[in-house]
Amino acid sequence: MVRESIGQILVTTILSGNFVLAMFLGMCPFLGVTHSVAVAAPLGLATTFVIVIASLSAFLLNMVLTPLHLEFLRLICYIVVIAASVQLVEMFVKKSSPALFRALGIYLPLITTNCAVLGVALFQTAREYDFMQSLTFAVGGGLGFTLALVLLASVRERIQLSDVPGVLQGTAMSLMLAGILALAFMGFAGMGGGA
Amino acid sequence: MENKPGEGCETGGCHSAAVPIKVVALTPQTPSNWMEFAEGLWERNPVFVMVLGMCPTLAVTVSAINSISMGLATTFVLAASCWLISLMRHMIPKEVRIATYIVIIATFVTVVDYAIQAISLDLYEALGAYIQLIVANCLVLGRAEAHAARTAPMAATMNATGMGLGFTLGLFMIGGVREILGSGTFFDIHLFGSNFQPWVVMVLPPGGFFVMGGWLLLFAIIRKRKEKAALAATEMEVQHGA
Repeated sequence: MVRESIGQILVTTILSGNFVLAMFLGMCPFLGVTHSVAVAAPLGLATTFVIVIASLSAFLLNMVLTPLHLEFLRLICYIVVIAASVQLVEMFVKKSSPALFRALGIYLPLITTNCAVLGVALFQTAREYDFMQSLTFAVGGGLGFTLALVLLASVRERIQLSDVPGVLQGTAMSLMLAGILALAFMGFAGMGGGA
Repeated sequence: MENKPGEGCETGGCHSAAVPIKVVALTPQTPSNWMEFAEGLWERNPVFVMVLGMCPTLAVTVSAINSISMGLATTFVLAASCWLISLMRHMIPKEVRIATYIVIIATFVTVVDYAIQAISLDLYEALGAYIQLIVANCLVLGRAEAHAARTAPMAATMNATGMGLGFTLGLFMIGGVREILGSGTFFDIHLFGSNFQPWVVMVLPPGGFFVMGGWLLLFAIIRKRKEKAALAATEMEVQHGA
């Protein structure tokens, strides 16, 4: 396996290997909260924060579990750590910005079941990233997630004003838009030296 | 805000604004086990009606066989964890219920993960990390929270199995189309001659979005036609009556 440099990982996770548009991680918030940029951006950043915490804890957990040959407990440990850190973020947002807390609603606790968070932990383990690589992977993944969310949210804000055929409204429309965005992101393939 | 959580929406994971979901009547009638089972198959299909568990729906559906294996793995996890959660529903304290559910689900996912690894290494490599990501599938947690936590074990298991099979059906419908268009095969059998130029974009990420969107569009058109026909029928009756 070729060791990827930090820059490569960053570019890959944000653009060509975007978590949402190329790996289909975190689809629920992607389709659920992208009605307006004002909600999508903070959720993206909150998710980025959780992703980074989850990635760091997963790295440390792995250091403990692997020498003890307890790999089968990995999944359970990861998810418990993620659930705990989401609880932390939830309490923080509730205290610091009650308005945002209401806007995010059910999607805040649902970060726990956001595949992107668990996905980062699992993928960095599968790819045997070292500490810096894991950290970059997590930050890049989170930023890529936020980027995709904000992009779709801005397109959908525009579309609200235009005349869309009745049958295409709702999820079907979002999926088609996401498909076109994914096509555009495929144009980045090859950047960062790995798809 | 547009995003009103929990309105017309019994699980946290569904998207209230996107899909009209029938609000289940709150009358305390207990549906039969068969009804519990059939509900998830089509009428409230997890993929097309509730739009839950989108990550595996779009990520692993590059071929029909992948879709079916993923669907069956999810069905097992869903049925087993709903059964256990339903059995333990009076024991679990309300404050830590989500954490408890997640640990139960993660246990069964680990079982499935090791089972698939033992049965077929090829399949394991094709599905990759997405097997373990069943833990984060909103369908499983959604059903656990919305149904299993307040139903008797038998009914909960039936409902979960139905939902799981409905999920498998949805995955298969997407995976089948993507495999036929994207690689010209169906269950690895070549359908077209050697001159067939596969529509490669269908097995790439954008294809997943397009096929899923296409199915939803088709269902929306059918629903609209039915509504129109029903409206025309009632108008006819009114005219005849007058």
